[in-house]
Parts: sequence; structure tokens; C-alpha cells
Amino acid sequence: MKEQLENIKIKALNEIEASNTLREIEDIRVKYLGKKGELTAVLKSMKNLSKEERPVIGQVANEVREVLEENLKNKKSDLEKLEQDKKLLEEIIDITLPAKKMTIGKMYPLDKTLEELSNIFIGMGYEIVSGREVETGYYNFDALNLGKEHPARDEQDTFYITNNIMLRTATSPVQIHTMESQSLPIRMIAPGKVYRSDEVDATHSPVFHQVEGLVIDENITFGDLKGVLAEFAKKFFGDKVKVKFRPHYFPFTEPSAEVDVTCVMCGGVGCSICKNEGFIEILGCGMVHPRVLEMAGIDSTKYQGFAFGMGVERLTMLKYNINDLRLFYENDIRFLEQF
Amino acid sequence: MNVPMSWLKEYVNINVDLKTFVDKMTLTGSKVEKVEESGKEITNVVIGKVIAEEKHPDADRLRVMKCDIGTEVIQIVTAATNIQVGDIIPVALNGATLANGLKIKKGKLRGVESNGMFCSVEELGLTKEQFPDAPDDGIYIFHLDNLELGEDAKPYFGLGEQVVEYEITSNRPDCFSILGIATEAAATFNTPFLFPKIEVKEIAEDGTKFAKINIQEPALCNRYAARIIKNVHVKNSPKWLQDKLISAGLRPINNIVDITNYLLLEFGQPMHAFDYDKLVGKEINVRLAQNGEELKTLLGDTVKLDDTMLVIADKEKPIAIAGVMGGEDTKVTEETKTILFECANFNAFSVRQTSKKLGIMSDSSKKYVKGLDPENISYAVNRAAQLINMTESGDVLSGIIDIYPIKRTALTIGYDVDWINSYLGINISKEEMEEIFTRVRFVVNKDNTVTIPTSRPDVTMNADLAEEVARIYGYDKIPVTLERATPTVGGKTYEQQTVDKIKNTLRNCGAYGILTYTIESPKVFDKLNIAENSSLRNALKIQNPLGEDFSILRTTTINSILNVLSTNNNKRNENVALYEVGKVFLKTDKDLPNEVEKITVGLYGTDADFFTIKGIAETLIKVLNIKNTNYTRNQNLNFMHPGRCANLLIGKKEVGFLGEVHPEVLKNYGFSQKAYVLELDLKTLIDASKTEIVYKSLPKFPSITRDLALLVNRDILVGDMIKLINERGGKILVNTELFDVYEGEQVNAGQKSVAFNLIFRAEDKTLTDEEVQKSIQKILNGLETNFNAKLR
Repeated sequence: MKEQLENIKIKALNEIEASNTLREIEDIRVKYLGKKGELTAVLKSMKNLSKEERPVIGQVANEVREVLEENLKNKKSDLEKLEQDKKLLEEIIDITLPAKKMTIGKMYPLDKTLEELSNIFIGMGYEIVSGREVETGYYNFDALNLGKEHPARDEQDTFYITNNIMLRTATSPVQIHTMESQSLPIRMIAPGKVYRSDEVDATHSPVFHQVEGLVIDENITFGDLKGVLAEFAKKFFGDKVKVKFRPHYFPFTEPSAEVDVTCVMCGGVGCSICKNEGFIEILGCGMVHPRVLEMAGIDSTKYQGFAFGMGVERLTMLKYNINDLRLFYENDIRFLEQF
Repeated sequence: MNVPMSWLKEYVNINVDLKTFVDKMTLTGSKVEKVEESGKEITNVVIGKVIAEEKHPDADRLRVMKCDIGTEVIQIVTAATNIQVGDIIPVALNGATLANGLKIKKGKLRGVESNGMFCSVEELGLTKEQFPDAPDDGIYIFHLDNLELGEDAKPYFGLGEQVVEYEITSNRPDCFSILGIATEAAATFNTPFLFPKIEVKEIAEDGTKFAKINIQEPALCNRYAARIIKNVHVKNSPKWLQDKLISAGLRPINNIVDITNYLLLEFGQPMHAFDYDKLVGKEINVRLAQNGEELKTLLGDTVKLDDTMLVIADKEKPIAIAGVMGGEDTKVTEETKTILFECANFNAFSVRQTSKKLGIMSDSSKKYVKGLDPENISYAVNRAAQLINMTESGDVLSGIIDIYPIKRTALTIGYDVDWINSYLGINISKEEMEEIFTRVRFVVNKDNTVTIPTSRPDVTMNADLAEEVARIYGYDKIPVTLERATPTVGGKTYEQQTVDKIKNTLRNCGAYGILTYTIESPKVFDKLNIAENSSLRNALKIQNPLGEDFSILRTTTINSILNVLSTNNNKRNENVALYEVGKVFLKTDKDLPNEVEKITVGLYGTDADFFTIKGIAETLIKVLNIKNTNYTRNQNLNFMHPGRCANLLIGKKEVGFLGEVHPEVLKNYGFSQKAYVLELDLKTLIDASKTEIVYKSLPKFPSITRDLALLVNRDILVGDMIKLINERGGKILVNTELFDVYEGEQVNAGQKSVAFNLIFRAEDKTLTDEEVQKSIQKILNGLETNFNAKLR
């Protein structure tokens, strides 16, 4: 019987060795280990053996079964792997074929700039405030130290609804409202649409966007203003940017300045964008005029502040080298998808 | 303000190169816009005189000229027809370069030697506008005396001069003059300012009795001074004066005009010369015009005046529009014997209003609108007289008629060194600060006060002094600091964050962000087919629009979005979806309108339909956690498809509408396919999104699913059926989903089959079939009663 078992083992192992498909493996398993299998039959006939022989043969039989099972398992796994490899080989695709279209829109370029600006200033403790686009003469002009006879009040710049109601020409009224209503200190930026009576061309638009900023606190200095704007310029244009403050005039700030940064196109070497000056103007700023503070009910002997303002279109055009402002309002999707 | 360097250097010593000069001037506040060396590229063009001409032997249209260029006589062949023997003309010599880069070389023209070329103003890079005496098409002929043949022709055209253009800010009208710029240069380089020496040679005759000056409106004219010049000889100015004007880009006209122009440049003070003999009653009345009065101006136009306009009038009638333009009748001509030289100060605002109303801008009005210093007149009026002496243009009578009702006095203010230092974030000594004040010509007094010149009315307080200190000390030297004051927490408000979330969601739905104009044409209402009586037509109008296209504030965003969709469609961009968050403006009974922010979405494309736009609305609602929404049919919007437009409601509150745009309207926008839009009220959405999120534990018991297929009339709304199912289903009905709507075979005409998938679950136990069946029966009963629905 032992010999019989040994023969089954050899035969079965040969068959396993020779098998090529999972199907054959299964057949072999049934043939030897199935209910009616050869090894099963041997095991069943063991009941005829003597008490002494049974454990000896039993052990051999079990060993044979284990060997067969082990070999079947290994062979099966080998074949499965082969089969899988074959399948994987068949499943090869052209990975350069175009992707499935997922629909996703993009942020409007000016929103993108606004988002960047907001993040920079929020990081420095600023809030974002918005306000009316239709304003009274008081908030658009008077409270900003633009007296009744100031040239900026001329019709050629401002769209009037009535003599005293107009489309705001800057987002500055928002700052006045904030100074009147909010407790000190104030750190805010006011982004928004502004309106000026300019014909549409490559650099002008009757509707455009500004971000203005305001800080009011005790012990604020012109040096602080320089510090904040230098920080902003670095974050927005990159660490290498150089910042230059030039004296200028705005009715609502004193002293006032215009800020130039090294040309984003040529890095300061001089090109057509910066008219060979190496610098381009990006914003206006200054210390809030004491009269503006007083008009808003803030004690100018105790508090100082600074304010700044910049054009969102201009910053965006500089950042992405866009040469025509009209593109922003045409909203051609081929333009929008580039941002 | 254009200032020739050579002229500037008469009042201040500049010992630095041009680049350093302009950089430093910019850093102290006189921003240099550009430096132009006119005609830089032009070489070898001299003054010549035609002394003989012959016909060209082989060409009818050419002439052979002999031309004296001082050192020699050269032969030039020309096709020009406008010059003759005796003419003095610019000549480009052999080797010359002209404005367009053209090089002149000697050669033969049709066999005859030619050694140069006669020049037109265009060939020198100039225009006929700058030189009105230039012929339309031909060689420029000099009309000046005392020309030296062979001399470089460039200076006669104002070429070769370095002219610096400054941007002058409106707080510094004093800098609209060469002297003003000179004071700035002196302050910048800490070098003396050399004020011109003014000496007048008067004859004995008293001029002060010649005319009676009466200022009726001292608020609009605070000073009016005049000098009388007798035995006037109107002629060309001497060359030195002509050269000065040319260097600054002005054309010499005659001595009197040239002197006024000289004063305009040097002092920034406009002057006007009247022909004294034409003044009726020998009166100068500075008064408001009467409505309907007229004046024929120097330009020859007759203008109608009104009672807001300040005029200079003689006894009878206006003879000049104050500060704007003189009149034809009293202008100086070659016959003029005696002139009254006006040197006055008119109110800037008044001149601006008048100039704008009449549409007349003159060199004089351009100065007055800046606001001038009346104290300047004392010098200017004598400077003009001095120039009369120097040019031998007439006899200056003694005395000035000077009416000065509102005197401008120099302001004295205290300065606080510590305050200025801390305001700027610097620490300079009192002495240093005082030196800066002196440099900008403020007089430092002993009691910590400074006296500000009358030319600087912009300086009234410590903040203004701080600016002077800062700009002279140098903005670049102020140390960069970060605020050391009370910290604040920055950030976005809930509303701002929600707007970000909304925009983000719309992008995730495939829409691109856009922004559009909020001002538009009133024609859009017809374009959108909006009913005549619709409140949408009640838009705010701009009083002074750029044109009809931008003359009202929008009351709906639909025109904007349709325009953009149409633009994209015209450019053959396929499958476009866009969103905008922007305002509409609705009139109220108060002065200011309601500014309402709207979310607008517009889309078109091959797979787009009503349910695409509805899907976007639903996604927004889901992201914003808004409950209790509802759609009702909207057939009232004329620009929307009446069968495919819905209102979105939250509870009972209307949020906006969405749907397919009316095909007629789309046609008006040149749109050939279907388009879908949504306009929702931003604030309503944000308010509704402020729901508290309370976690509910996940279900512990299994659910039971049932499908119902029902036959109903096709006009029954599925939304209504779902609403009823949810009401009838009871607490155990946790979800109702439509999965099929079918019309056609096996369904009677006029009916549709609607199939729902219902999910039942209890929170506290496993449901039995009986319990579910009971609920379904209630639903079916309800559907039958209300919609006559039959189970299929």
C-alpha cells in the first residue's frame, strides 16, 4: 500500500508538473484528491488495514496528500501569475490618447489677483471690506479732502446720477464708512469696481477694479507704510523685486507717494514695457491726511494711518504680460482658461 | 511742463549730468516724464540762401539751384516748386542725416551734379502744426531776420535742445513755470536759486491814470494789475527771445505775443495785451457777463456768454473772457499805438467752469485752472515791462494800475520736530530739519515757526511740513519698519467665505468666472423683450454718459451674460459655461439705489439642457446646506422660454430664476443655439446657508426598497408628486427618487408613466413588510385622489 501511495505521488506530481492550465490543475485535484479521487480511494481503503499498519500508512498517506496539495497550490499560483501577466500584456493601451473630459471652470484672472492680494493682507492682520458702488458726493469727494473746487470733481472723470449722487471713482468711500463705523485700530483692504469716464481702449475702461488699503492706529509712521508695501510687493512679484517710493500728491494723504517696482518684464534692465526706466509704477499711497481723519471723527493728534490703492487690472496685466485691458471684459473662454 | 535745460540753468547752477539730474528731481517730487533731445539724429543741416536758379537741361520738373551756405556756394538739384531766388531755407549738406534716417549724399540727378537737399519741416521730424507757416507740400522758408548763412539750422526749429518734461501734481501750481522748477532744482541740489533781476525803465508820463479798473467780483478776481505801453512798435522779436521760445517748443509770432508767452513760461503768469485805443470809456470792468452777451474771440468765433462767466469789459461790452481768451475787437495789431498790459489773477474754478462751458482751452486758461499766486503779479508785470524795454517795443509809462482787493499773505505755522520725526519714522535734528525748510524757501523764525511763501498754499500744517522734510531728506532714506502697534486678526467674514465657496462650486460645475460692465445701454430692455411696464426698465441713468451704450446701471445681469455667451458663440467656442457675481442697481424712493448682488450663470453646449442649469442650482444648494427648496413654474419673464423657466424658492422666499432663454431673445443676440441662464440673489442664498449642522448617527437598521410605476396625465408635475409622496410616506420614508419618466408605446396618449424608487427605514427597529405596505397604500391613495394616478 505504501508503494501504491508512492506511485500515486509520483504520477500526480508528474501530471502537476506537466499541466499548463488552471483547468488541468483542477482536473488533477479532482482526479487525486476529489471525493472519488485516487488518493481518497486509498485513504478510504485504510479501514481494512491492521491496527499496527494503519498509523504508519496513514502518516504516509497524509504526507502524500500534503505534498500534492502543496504542489497543486504552487502550480496554480504560478499559472495564475502567468495568466495575469498575459492578460496585462493584452491590456496595454496608448497612454497618449486624450483624457476623458472632466468639467471644471477657472477663476477669473482679476479674482485670482484679488485672492492673492487678500491672502497677503489677511496674513498681515487685514480685513476685507466692500461697499456701495453708487455714492454721495460727501463720501466720494468731500470726506477725502477733495473740496468742491478740486479738479478731480470735474465731470470729465466722474459719472453722475444726480449732482450729488455718482458712481464711485475709487473704493476710498469704503474706508470713510469704515472709519466712521468701526472701532480702532483698523486694518482693512477694500476691493471693488470703480467707474471713471474714460473711453474704452487697450489701457482704459469706464469700469475697472481697485484695491485700496487703510491702517489706522497709534504710532503709525511713514516707515511702516514703506514696510507693509515692500512686503506686499515681495509677496506679489517675488523676493527679488526692488521697491522705490517717489513723492506724489493725493488730496487724501500727506505725505503721498507713488510706488515703482523693478520691471517685471526685464527685471530692471530696461525694456519697452518700462519705457527703458527699469521700474514700473504699481500703486499710490501716503499717510492719511489729518483732515480726512478729523472728518471721519478720528482724533488726528492721537491716531495716524496710512492708505494705499492699486488697480487690479494693471497688476494682473503686469503679472501675466497682458497687453490689452479689453480682454478682461470680452470674457473669451480662450482667454479665461489660461489662468 | 516742458523746461529746456538751457533756460533752467539761467536760474540755478546744475553741475550734474542729465541722468543724475532727472533721477534726483523725480525723487524730490518733480517727476520727470521724459527727456527729449529734439532732432538728435539730424546732422549737417544748415541755413542757406537760394541765390540763382536754372532749368534742368534734361528734366522739366527739376531745377538747378545755387545756394549760399556762408562758406561757399553749392549746387543743388530740386523738384520743389515753392522756392525762389532770395529764399532762406534749411539745407541738408552732403553727409547729412534727416529725421527719418535718410542720408544725403552728393550725386547726379539726371546728369546734373547735386550736393545736398532743401528740407521741409517733415524731413526735420516736425509737423505743420508746430510750424503753421510751413507750406503744405514744399520746402520750409524762414521768415526770420538776422539769419546767419551756414549756421546749424536745428536751433531755429527748436531742435538740439534737451527739454525735460515734468509731471506737475495739482498741489504745486507754482511748478507750472520755469522759475518754479528752478526753485525745486535749487532745493534738490541745495544750491542757490537765482531770481532774475528785474529793472524797468519807465518814462515820466504817469500810466496809472490811463484806465479805471474796477473789480466787481473780487472772489473771482483777487488782483488785476496793468501797465500802459505807449509808442508800441509791433514787430518780430530779437533772435535771443525767439530762440528762447523755440527751445521751449513755441513759435515766435511778434514781440508783444512773444513777451506774453515768455512770461507764461518763465513765471507761469498769463498776460494779455489790449489795444488801449479800442477800450471804450477807458475802463476795465471785471464782472460777470450778462446772459446773452456775446464776444468775438481772437479765434474769430463769436461765443454766447452767460451770467456764470467772468469777463473783462470796457464801458460797453465784454472785451475778453477772463483768463480764457481775448476778444477780436481789442486785439493788438500792427496799427496798435498804445497797449494795456493785463496781469491778473482769476479764480481757478471759475476759469475751469467757463473754459469747459465754452469748450475753449487756451495756454492762459490752462495755467489759471491750476490756481496761481497773486503775489507773483508784482514781479511778472514788471518783468513784462522790462522785456518791452529790452526788445525796444515801446515806452513803458510810469506806475502800475494795481487793484488787489483780497491780498494773499504768507502763512506762518509752528513746526514740531518730534512729531514730524515720529510721523515719518526718522530721527533727524532740529537743525537738519530747519535746513530743509530753508532749502524749500520757507523762512525759519526764532519761535519754532516757519513762514511759508505765498506760492505754496498747499502747506498749512505739520503733516505738510513732514512731506517737505520727507521729500528733501529722501523717501528712500526713511527706514523700512513694520508696524509696532496693536495687532489685529485679519480674515474673511462668513459672507466672504460663502461667496468663495459659491464661486468654487460653480467652477467645479464647469463654469468659468467672468466680470462684465455694470453700465449698459437702455436698448437692452427691448433686446430682452422686457415688458414696457416692467420695473426692470426703471434704471438709474447716468447724467453724463460716454454714450448711449454705457448710460444706465443694469437692473438685471441677463444682458451681460448673454453678451458674453454670444461673444463666445461667435468665436466658435464650444460648450461654454460662465458665472459672475456682480451687482444690479434698483431704484428706491431714497437718493441711493439698492445695490443687489446676483449670482449669474449662463451656458450653452451640445449636452446642455434645462436640467444642466437646474443641476448647477441644486449643487449650490447642496454645498450651502440649504434645506426646504422648491421650484415653481415662471411664465412671467419675457426673455425666458415660457415652458422652461422656474423660480427657485427657499421656503416661501424667492431666490431667483433659471431656465432656457427665449428663442426670440437669443435671436436678438445673434445666437443660433439654445442657452440657459440662472440669476440668483446672493444675500438670500448666504442667509439661507447659515444653518447649523447637527450630526445624525448612521442608520443601525436595514432599509426596505420599493419601486412604484404610475400612470398620470402628462401635465402632472413630478415635483408635485414627490412632494405628496414625501408628505404621505410618513417618518419611515427616508428617500424618494424618480428613476423614469416615459411616454409612448404601452402608455395611453396624453399620459405618462412615472417611476419612483422609495426607501423606507425606521431609526429604532427593523421594519416589517406590513408597515411599509401601509405607508405605500397611503401614498397611492393620495396620488390617486390628487393626480388620478394609477399603479401600472
